[in-house]
Amino acid sequence: MKKIAALLLIIALLAWPFAVGEFYVNLVSQIFIAAIFAASLNLLVGYGGLPSLGHASFLGVAAYLSALISLRWGLDHSLSAPLALAGTTLMAGLFGLIALRATGLGFLMLTLALSQVLWGTANRWVALTEGDNGLRGLTRPQVFGLNLDDSTTFYFFALVVAAFSFWMIARLVASPFGAALQGTRDQARRMSTLGHNVWLIRWVAFVYAGFWGGVSGLLFVYYHKYIHPASLSLTNSAEAMLSVIAGGAGTLAGPAIGAAIILLLKNYVSAYVERWTMLLGFVFVAIVVFMPDGLVPGVKRLWARWSRR
Amino acid sequence: MTINRRKFIQAAGAGASVLGFPAIVRAQEQAIRIGLMTVKTGPLASGGLDMERALVMYLRERNNMLAGRKVELFVADSGGVPAQARSKTQELVERDKINVMIGPLAAGEALATDDYIRQQQLPTLSVAAAEDMTQRNPNPWFVRGTSTSAQCAHALADYCIKVLKYKRMAVIADDIPYGHEMCAGFQRVFEELGGKIVQKMFPPLTVPDYGTFLAQLKTNIDGVFLGFAGSNGFRYVRQFNEYGLRGKVNIVGGMTALDEAVLRNMKIEALGIVTTCWYSAKLDNPLNKKFAAAFQAEAKYDPGFYAAATYVEAAVLENALKAVKGNIADKAAFMKALRTSKTDTVRGPVSFDSYGNVVGNVYIRKVEREEGRLVNTVIQTYPNVSQFWTYKPEEFLKNPVYSRDWPPAKNLES
Repeated sequence: MKKIAALLLIIALLAWPFAVGEFYVNLVSQIFIAAIFAASLNLLVGYGGLPSLGHASFLGVAAYLSALISLRWGLDHSLSAPLALAGTTLMAGLFGLIALRATGLGFLMLTLALSQVLWGTANRWVALTEGDNGLRGLTRPQVFGLNLDDSTTFYFFALVVAAFSFWMIARLVASPFGAALQGTRDQARRMSTLGHNVWLIRWVAFVYAGFWGGVSGLLFVYYHKYIHPASLSLTNSAEAMLSVIAGGAGTLAGPAIGAAIILLLKNYVSAYVERWTMLLGFVFVAIVVFMPDGLVPGVKRLWARWSRR
Repeated sequence: MTINRRKFIQAAGAGASVLGFPAIVRAQEQAIRIGLMTVKTGPLASGGLDMERALVMYLRERNNMLAGRKVELFVADSGGVPAQARSKTQELVERDKINVMIGPLAAGEALATDDYIRQQQLPTLSVAAAEDMTQRNPNPWFVRGTSTSAQCAHALADYCIKVLKYKRMAVIADDIPYGHEMCAGFQRVFEELGGKIVQKMFPPLTVPDYGTFLAQLKTNIDGVFLGFAGSNGFRYVRQFNEYGLRGKVNIVGGMTALDEAVLRNMKIEALGIVTTCWYSAKLDNPLNKKFAAAFQAEAKYDPGFYAAATYVEAAVLENALKAVKGNIADKAAFMKALRTSKTDTVRGPVSFDSYGNVVGNVYIRKVEREEGRLVNTVIQTYPNVSQFWTYKPEEFLKNPVYSRDWPPAKNLES
């Protein structure tokens, strides 16, 4: 049953660009990007029990680094992409050192504060970031001679990257390290008594999540060919957090579903419903009331109850 | 069914009529699709809604026909967020298949969509004021019938020196490129004519309280220039009054400082303030008299910057469409028609320079009371002002773009 569903999903994703118009192809490309972003945050929120409100830092910094390296130094994407990812990961390491001094609400506030520092910098350091005007004149890379400016090609590029990211995140979750991470979430003190270095486990997860956040940032800047301080803003972090919660924290598919819902509401439904932000609110209230642990676990439970009958 | 001769002739005739009529007749059945990129949610929404209202009015007045062709309007809401403006532009182009776009509203949105507009070759009539879009990095698919950030501020600086005889002034504006550019343009002209800008302040866009900035304000000056957007000008002037500064320091304002949209909420504190804009609801021309009255009847307040913006852009669009006889499919010819168009609009005559920016009248206005409400009465007109003021374009463009730090403020007093 599961295999058939997975196969159908793969076929649908592969056939999608040939079945619909350019707009819908781009819409799903954006969902891939948002899904990677939410999935990386889910490592912290869902598996590590570390609610972060600063995850936009990684998306934004990777995007800004890639943009600045190619604009200011004129380096090619084959250099700017790894440099941007390395820089983002390094920053995640540093941020982890600061933010992981606390857990729970303290961690939330620290990540929020750190990301606000970056947002402020992007806004105010006009000489470097062009401030509120944002950086433009960016390009998409050429991958194996394929021109990513074409929306279908970009779709498949984003699909491959998203599939790889999800696979890598799933690998981590399924590994002994993933089990340890979930252990620190549920019983931090017991893990500590068992001889695990709780802090180190959290720090590694934080850096790993930062890295994949950076990957989504690269895709984001390739897609938009423009970067603005708004992508470092609290709103962006909060949207990812909402995706994770709505889809189901601590599940693999949850963040992807949640990201898809938010993006569809924001970019598609908003064309028909003027007060779409209100609708977004209602959707969340409904999810929290009827499926408090998120859509994916909620639907699973319904499915189980239905099939038992 | 057997085919007799009569049926054959009928069918052939029908076929011939489909094939034989000139293409233009069939093209007319297809509507021209206009996209409006505006802001309907978030802090910029009041202006964005005015943009939509005025554009809908314009099209309704013409029965949704421009240059003999039916038009359809598609409205997208960017929320004022640049990345979303881009997605929304894609939606308009790729799903709604628009032929021409009006908007976006904010500079960041315009910059975010800049390369996409080039790539899609989408004729765009922009409202956003960012200077460089029609200066150092002009987009060939852009025209801007409103103004750059500093276009009106140049004229006001001239007025402050020559008519008001101000010598020493302070400037205050929102801490965004729009505010920086406006203040920089004002400062440049003011200081080149012998004035001195002795204080510059840039409070954050969303500052809740101007108290600290009012306490800092020097009182040994002739006036302060407000470069605010949205409702910030309104809040500043109200607090200015509460701090007892009214009568001690004069206020002059940029094109969005005391817009009609906020003026309706103000009382005596705004009376007598001089501002500059390329439009006023009180402009005395037949087109505007009709528009302002119709808008007032529908919205219950006077049209301001944003309402006039789309109304002007729509008039330019209609005029260019007439020039190409409704054939918008030939984008290059249509773009040429847009850029060479000369249109009579509610703001007065509008034409474009070779960078796609408007050359049009700039008005100096004064807040007065009329029929129980505050209005911006026009007190002086600067005819045919270009974005380069009186400078030569080539020399103007050699300088860096207007910013917080350029032109350098040499006369600041601490």
